[in-house]
Amino acid sequence: MDSDLSPQDKKDLDKFIKFFALKTVQVIVQARLGEKICTRSSSSPTGSDWFNLAIKDIPEVTHEAKKALAGQLPGIGRSMCVEISLKTSEGDSMELETWCLEMNEKCDKDIKVSYTVYNRLSLLLKSLLAITRVTPAYKLSRKQGHDYVILYRIYFGEVQLTGLGEGFQTVRVGVVGTPVGTITLSCAYRTNLAFMSTRQFERTAPIMGIIIDHFVERPFGNMGHMHPCNYRAPAEEEGGYTGVEDSQEVCTTSFSTSPPSQLYCSRLSYQPPVLVGAADFCHPSTLNAANPHQMGIPGKEGGVPQQVPVQPCHAAQAEHARASSCLPNDHVPAVPSGSGEDAEASSRSTDGKSVSPRDVMETTFTRKVGAFVNKPGTQVTTASLDLPFAAFAPRAYDIEENDPMVQPPESPATSSPLQGSLHSQGSGESGVPAQDDFVMVDFKPAFSKDDLLPMDLGTFYREFQNPPQLASLTIDVSSQSMAEDLDSLPEKLAVYEKNIDEFDAFVDTLQ
Amino acid sequence: MNCRSEVLEVSVEGRQVDEAMLALVHTILLHRSTGKFHYKKEGTYSIGTVGTQDIDCDFIDFSFVRVSSDELDRVIRKAVGEFKDAMGNGTDGMGQISLEFYQKKKSRWPFSDECIPWEVWSIKVNVVNLANEQERQICREKVGEKLGEKVINIVEVINRHEYLPKMPTQSEVDNVFDTSLKDVQPYLYKITFQITDTLGTSVSTTMRRLIKDTLAL
Repeated sequence: MDSDLSPQDKKDLDKFIKFFALKTVQVIVQARLGEKICTRSSSSPTGSDWFNLAIKDIPEVTHEAKKALAGQLPGIGRSMCVEISLKTSEGDSMELETWCLEMNEKCDKDIKVSYTVYNRLSLLLKSLLAITRVTPAYKLSRKQGHDYVILYRIYFGEVQLTGLGEGFQTVRVGVVGTPVGTITLSCAYRTNLAFMSTRQFERTAPIMGIIIDHFVERPFGNMGHMHPCNYRAPAEEEGGYTGVEDSQEVCTTSFSTSPPSQLYCSRLSYQPPVLVGAADFCHPSTLNAANPHQMGIPGKEGGVPQQVPVQPCHAAQAEHARASSCLPNDHVPAVPSGSGEDAEASSRSTDGKSVSPRDVMETTFTRKVGAFVNKPGTQVTTASLDLPFAAFAPRAYDIEENDPMVQPPESPATSSPLQGSLHSQGSGESGVPAQDDFVMVDFKPAFSKDDLLPMDLGTFYREFQNPPQLASLTIDVSSQSMAEDLDSLPEKLAVYEKNIDEFDAFVDTLQ
Repeated sequence: MNCRSEVLEVSVEGRQVDEAMLALVHTILLHRSTGKFHYKKEGTYSIGTVGTQDIDCDFIDFSFVRVSSDELDRVIRKAVGEFKDAMGNGTDGMGQISLEFYQKKKSRWPFSDECIPWEVWSIKVNVVNLANEQERQICREKVGEKLGEKVINIVEVINRHEYLPKMPTQSEVDNVFDTSLKDVQPYLYKITFQITDTLGTSVSTTMRRLIKDTLAL
């Protein structure tokens, strides 16, 4: 079989296959780095661009690929595989896809090596470029960063697909016939991305770039702690391949394709302040020391373009998503369990929550916040205060029981059965019954003298803070039934018709 | 020689038409472009290098690879833009973009050169209008998946390694390749389109194309 091939052709073919294998690995790994790849076309051949394609060579990747091949070439029964897996910062990992470069016995004797095979290998590389953007792992890899990273492993020998779970799909990238066999490039990818109980990776990546667990309480959500490479596991990644041919070795070496550790510093400086304290999923020094094969180094050597600016964007997204759930201090809790909040929150809540008595009467009052929750020491008694609260002596009924209530600004003129239940009570000694847990804080506006006038500044402020309710929305009206409304319509219509001239005149003035 | 004909069909929302067409046309052209040929005196030639570029779609959950050539991108965008304009805005409709690779065959005077297609890709587009944002979000994802499938189809066809024009000599290179671009050299191609309005009648541009071809040559 081989005797039909001239020595030169054989030599060329071996070279083509070797470099094809190396370029294949480069394309696959670069497609999983998590960023957009861009290389320039050049009309003048440089002589170093194999297959007439501008594919950069990341030295570490080439090194690993050569190590895996150990001087052999992909051949019949000897496949070269690139396994892409995902590893979370908790240390869980999952195989996503396996790219296989195989050869079978079907030979094409008549094919011209130096020309046709070469061009077809070039075409196959282009197809690989296209297909690597189509499998589900691409979207996942574009969003890697904080929650997870994408790792690769190159091995030689028999293809192992068991780690892909049930129902994995296979896509064939292409075939190229050669005089010594047919080269086949294919990808088997996992479809079942249900991962762990607490995390769900959808089959397709989340849309709109939202991290999928954005609203889920993350087990390791408090990224304030430094997790030294818990997902890089440098110890297990040391040493890499002992026997290249030993295909039984599972995951002894995984190399991250996420941003290099050098990015750690730049990322921290790049990201907005909200991320401080949350942006440390990788420990740079540990990584560099323990894992010399980190992709970080290629970044330095210019192997991978534009890593620094691009990656932080992804992380920033993740960070932002994380920050919102992990750094509550940065947020003013608008409504929540506000008990024990500080003064800032309480004053904020005052603005938000102070509902005029008329609101209260609506029973649309749904905001509940313990804005004025305070230590018992500051409790005041309604009796002791010259405040309108006194007018709202505790009522017997308590519609909203036990909820920390906001304390409505009262108006001395109004009195409603509902109000009683909705305002705070002072301490027990005021003779106020019922009490809820929250106490009233005397709202003393700055620079105002607490005189004895019924309308002091504080009261004025509270009362007029909210506009008065529309008469139509008063409780009397709301208790009117719809039927009554409808009944009164004809009368209203009659009145309007009578005044139709007025309306017309009004409309004319508008024109 | 028979012309190879492949049909791809996609359903997209109005604002996704551009990107969907660009994605598919560029994917095909990626496979049908080489580096620039440099012929040497001995009759051999060397081939330039083709760079590639990742493009993310804004309205579709999809990324694709295209040849790194701004010139080529401009030409394709212009053609796709014309198609989109012809499709109209805000209306449902169907249309078809055809990407045809051809060879020129020189004829003797007074006959003009013939254009012999050897591969035609027809991309049928069905434009739908969606009512609300939620549907659009779903559409983003679905169209992204569909385009992924189409890319796989394209790759499948191309890797059958069926007929490709022979590599030409220097004098014939313009009959096979489009040498007008500075950085890459796609096979000679032309892009045409047809619009089918919602009534189902076909407003064909075939006549126009025939006349244009005859006059151009």
